Amino acid sequence: MKVITANFVTCAVKECKTSPASFPLHFNDAELEQQELDFQPEFIRNILPRIDWEALRTISNELGFPSLPESKPEEEALNNEQTLKDLHRLLLETHVTEGKLTCGNCGHSYMIKEGIANFLLPSHLV
Amino acid sequence: MLPTPDTSHVSFDTIYEPSEDSYLFLDTLSSASESKWLSERFPKNQEASPLVVEVGTGSGVVLAFTAAQSQQIFGRRDILTLGTDVNRNACIATRKTATTAIQAEQQPSPQSVHISSLTADLCAPLRPGSVDVLLFNPPYVPTEDLPRLPSAAENDPAVSEAMSRSAKFDNDSYFLSLTYAGGADGMETTDRLLDAIPGVLSVRGVAYVLLCKQNRPDTVMERIRGWGGWQVETAGSSGMQAGWEKLVIVRIWREDCS
Repeated sequence: MKVITANFVTCAVKECKTSPASFPLHFNDAELEQQELDFQPEFIRNILPRIDWEALRTISNELGFPSLPESKPEEEALNNEQTLKDLHRLLLETHVTEGKLTCGNCGHSYMIKEGIANFLLPSHLV
Repeated sequence: MLPTPDTSHVSFDTIYEPSEDSYLFLDTLSSASESKWLSERFPKNQEASPLVVEVGTGSGVVLAFTAAQSQQIFGRRDILTLGTDVNRNACIATRKTATTAIQAEQQPSPQSVHISSLTADLCAPLRPGSVDVLLFNPPYVPTEDLPRLPSAAENDPAVSEAMSRSAKFDNDSYFLSLTYAGGADGMETTDRLLDAIPGVLSVRGVAYVLLCKQNRPDTVMERIRGWGGWQVETAGSSGMQAGWEKLVIVRIWREDCS
């Protein structure tokens, strides 16, 4: 599971969808693996508009990455190759192989095993 | 004809083997009319990278094809793909099918990126408003009962490995039933997916959903038009006979995306 996935997922419990605390889900006990992927600066520029920057800063911290800038790179900063390379590494090359994703609203944790997160709910939460 | 992704690594004990309905999906998405529509909806250099999500990926053949043939389908290669399935084995299979197909078809880079396969019920874990293209080849066969959803524990690899031969047979049959059994009119699962579409699609979002004749496609389309603000059309030339089944793929999208 690539780190960018966290930008598109939230708690599977219906009642949590409307709570701001359900996004982003929080990584715990995450084991990471780097898988090299060709660096495509244009792709990163095209992905950036999709990224919730505040959420990514939180995730990046939880995974122990160096702090991201306070605001999303725009205009000139988008030509800074190092910035784009750092984002490429974090979003697309970093895989979470084991660990948990926890909802900040209901506290439920979703297990990640061998890179597959399990969002099926136990019967009491369906 | 564009190559079909390799699924030779997939064990079809619990996973749906690519069949006429899967191939109809590949042909429809890569048809001249659909690729034109999608390229205009997601114009390169103007619109951010689309997120393509397939629900119930099975072997992953449809999502892998979409990722690998993104240039033909979207006129751009910078797409992200994500798959969900209630069967963990299908998620593992999809990840491999997608990454292999991208490697095989997109040399040198740029390449599409398969971001993850998630074990989940339909769109349950997806962030509202995040999906640009939603693909669904449902369990559409009318059946007396709808199989229940598996629990997280039933997807634990350690549990199935410890099963006796007969328990494994029952377990495999159960997971296979999830791939085709659609309950009343074959629509019970599709109905839940249709209900989720307005919430999960982005403002520019579009969904492709396969229906068989017993699902009463005309009634389904009429119902979608009744949502208000949504359009629905038969995609490509998918109303044709596919093998012994009469299958159709409908395209559902927001009327006003500006």
